[in-house]
Amino acid sequence: MNRNGPIALIFHVLFLGFLLAPILIVCAVAFTSQGYLSLPTEGLSLRWFRAIGDNPEFIRAFKDSLLLGAVSSTLAILVAVPAALAIARHQFFGREAIQALFLSPLMVPHIVLGIAFLRFFTMIGLGGTFAGLVLSHVIIILPFALRLILAASTGMDRAVENAAASLGASSWTCFRRVTLPLILPGVASGWVLAFINSFDEVTMTVFIASPETTTLPVRLFLYIQDNIDPLVAAVSAVLIFLTVAAMLVLDRVYGLERLLVGKGRD
Amino acid sequence: MAYLVLDQLTKRFGNWTAVDNVSLTVEKGELISLLGPSGCGKTTTLQMIAGFLDADGGRVMLDGQDLLAKKPNERGLGIVFQSYALFPHMTAAENVAFGLEMRRIARADRDRMVADALKLVGLEQYGDRHPRRMSGGQQQRVALARALVIKPSLLLLDEPLSNLDAKMREEMQIELRRIQRTVGTTMILVTHDQSEAMALSDRVVVMNKGRIQQVATPQEAYDHPANAFVANFLGRTNLLPGMVGGGAGGTVITVADSVWPVAQPMAAGPGALAVRPEKIGFVDAGGLSGTVLARVFQGTQWLFEIETAAGRLMVIRQHDGSPLPAERERVMVGWRADDMAVMPADREAA
Amino acid sequence: MSMAASTESQVQATAANPSTHAPPPRRPRRWPWTPYLLSAPGLALFAVLLLVPLVMTFLLSLNSFSFYGGIENVWQIGNYADIIADSYFHEVFLRTFRIAAVVTLLCALFGAPEAYILRRMKSPWRGLCLLIVLGPLLISVVSRTLGWALLFGSTGLVNQGLMGLGLIATPIEFMYTETGVIIALTHVLVPFMVLSVWASLQRLDPQVENAALSLGAGPLTVMRRVVLPQIVPGILSGSIIVFALAASAFATPAIIGGRRLKVAATLAYDEFLNTLNWPLGATVAVLLLIANVVIIVGCNRLVERRYKQVFE
Repeated sequence: MNRNGPIALIFHVLFLGFLLAPILIVCAVAFTSQGYLSLPTEGLSLRWFRAIGDNPEFIRAFKDSLLLGAVSSTLAILVAVPAALAIARHQFFGREAIQALFLSPLMVPHIVLGIAFLRFFTMIGLGGTFAGLVLSHVIIILPFALRLILAASTGMDRAVENAAASLGASSWTCFRRVTLPLILPGVASGWVLAFINSFDEVTMTVFIASPETTTLPVRLFLYIQDNIDPLVAAVSAVLIFLTVAAMLVLDRVYGLERLLVGKGRD
Repeated sequence: MAYLVLDQLTKRFGNWTAVDNVSLTVEKGELISLLGPSGCGKTTTLQMIAGFLDADGGRVMLDGQDLLAKKPNERGLGIVFQSYALFPHMTAAENVAFGLEMRRIARADRDRMVADALKLVGLEQYGDRHPRRMSGGQQQRVALARALVIKPSLLLLDEPLSNLDAKMREEMQIELRRIQRTVGTTMILVTHDQSEAMALSDRVVVMNKGRIQQVATPQEAYDHPANAFVANFLGRTNLLPGMVGGGAGGTVITVADSVWPVAQPMAAGPGALAVRPEKIGFVDAGGLSGTVLARVFQGTQWLFEIETAAGRLMVIRQHDGSPLPAERERVMVGWRADDMAVMPADREAA
Repeated sequence: MSMAASTESQVQATAANPSTHAPPPRRPRRWPWTPYLLSAPGLALFAVLLLVPLVMTFLLSLNSFSFYGGIENVWQIGNYADIIADSYFHEVFLRTFRIAAVVTLLCALFGAPEAYILRRMKSPWRGLCLLIVLGPLLISVVSRTLGWALLFGSTGLVNQGLMGLGLIATPIEFMYTETGVIIALTHVLVPFMVLSVWASLQRLDPQVENAALSLGAGPLTVMRRVVLPQIVPGILSGSIIVFALAASAFATPAIIGGRRLKVAATLAYDEFLNTLNWPLGATVAVLLLIANVVIIVGCNRLVERRYKQVFE
């Protein structure tokens, strides 16, 4: 008997329309054949997608974003896996405090982190460098990686490790052959979530990026601040297509709800 | 006169018929069990009576009124859910009072009725506790009190004891039986646990694959199962293939080297003979011969596995000091003709 | 979205940690330093790259600034005094919290029913709709805000639609107004509310609604007396997330609000990158951080204490 009534369904359709409207309009405007912002009323045109090619700074920013996301996510995983194992596996003094510290970047507004890193990197000579971007991104994406790896390693049965040890495996072999394969789904999804967060970050990055080293969202943001034209719509549309494609793959492989809600609860 | 009538009740999910033309009558004050393995349609039947699922065909009449025409919140049935479905944000007393509130019963009366209901289930001390702070058995009792306090015309119990541990379950069985005797409400119990059904019910309805297999008192169904499914589902049984034919003194069934009289009229041809392990004894002559494969001591009883020409048999004998055969010994087993059930050969057996 | 996603997870993390991550069972340890060794790289990284910069930001907020001399290395609380005294800053902070409050209210009003509707949907539809609701979280907040800028401004589609429906007679100004910022922020943040309520609905026994029906409650009573009280914690923790994110949001107010309609985050940005008054910008940042931490930690405590009895 638990079915949605007509009012609920109307509400639902309006809600989905509200969520989709701005995304669809970006994609629609990107296909305009006019030289100004307008809906593609006179047929679809790819001229603004071709125009992206004439603006190498967008292409470069896109490549930088990809590289930044990949490098910082990988670093974050390398730091997060041992930390997660320590927190999930051991009872030690300061365990709660260490976990709280690793999750704390989630509580700090990114505008504050941007200001803090700008000041800090300027003083130690990392201002405007790719290294500075990587380090700052590692900090903000580590909590996401940590949470998923933590969930995977707390949920794992310790007895299998003891079994491996009883069969003569050294600690390292035990980690490589038993523990790592078992927490790998958590590690992989942690990497993906970290990558997405790094790739989409704009508020903090706008402070520490330089004209030479910048990310696509920052590039877009600064461009939009000056003027809005079909070119940014086209760039955004490409970004949206890529995200949707990645999302569908992710949903198939891991489940979007699981990734976003986190299975650390209950 | 029949109080509750299910008339050719049917429910389909896509191509699959979950409940297939189920007809049943229940007398007022009776406790009847729908018993069967998971997926047999017993819960679906209950959900249709409760109104949480729409029937695809058939009728349900309660006290002369068409139940299916009413909305679930107008049927006035009491339901005890498998998960108890207590309202976690309300105390035990508030849970019990909810149905009375919906009936707009005055505050004072309501408080008194809630107190009585909690007392009936032995929880008078726990009225202001939240469900999460109660044990499984206590939650079960609150659920029962909540369903009974509205004086339902019919109480539906959906696997009410399945979430309790073995000891608790036995206690609650006795408790349920006592309460049923006290309040005299007509109850339908859905369960997959045959011992629970037999302990509690006036009659059991054994179901399989959406169809009723047998409706009988627990003892009747146990001693004289209608078919192989019922024989197997209600406790352990030995099902032996045989051949039915006419003999000198009437119909008989031949099982390997033994011949047994058949009381009911039956056509000649392949048949099966069901007999409970505890009804089988060791005899000197006129039985089925075999060899003891293994014997296991179980405290109050011995369990034997006997290899015969008709297949392996399980035999239970009391541990009362009488001499019993050893392993690998040649033996002959037999039983009283009253203690067995003969049925046509069934491809769905076991 | 990164900014957005972050606080959401934090709220869940603080709420979930003490109770759900039960300490692992003790067992004989060969070497007590293993856990410290394992977390050492992370600890070093966080000490140098998180704690030091934050402390430096706080110290910076105590410095003074002049247009000719730049940052002066003196320790004083003049910047805080300035902000407290100046009505311009009052206006900005007040606007920030007003926007955050309205956005939170709208998210609760629309997000909670949507989560409930989603849960009642049947299998293939539910997954698809959930994808549409959660998907925007993964799309860059800049692209999403650009969409609103297009809808509000250049194409004027929203106004055309509203006038076409006869709801308004003259176009409403959305760009560079609080209304516009609120609508766009609601769009950016409402998935967090849906997620939060969704999580609390997952713990709701579906039979409980049937139980209430069987006891004679009508659908509205079931909603009000049985469902709503159980998802209130989800709505509250969703509200904390949304409020914190709305109060510190940057990209959306910067694009829709423009340079004229300032909120705390865009104010700090301007002080840093345009006026170059770093100490004042740092002061705004420190105040924002304190407000954020107080709201998240404080409200979480409150919610936890209030509902501890009932939900564990």
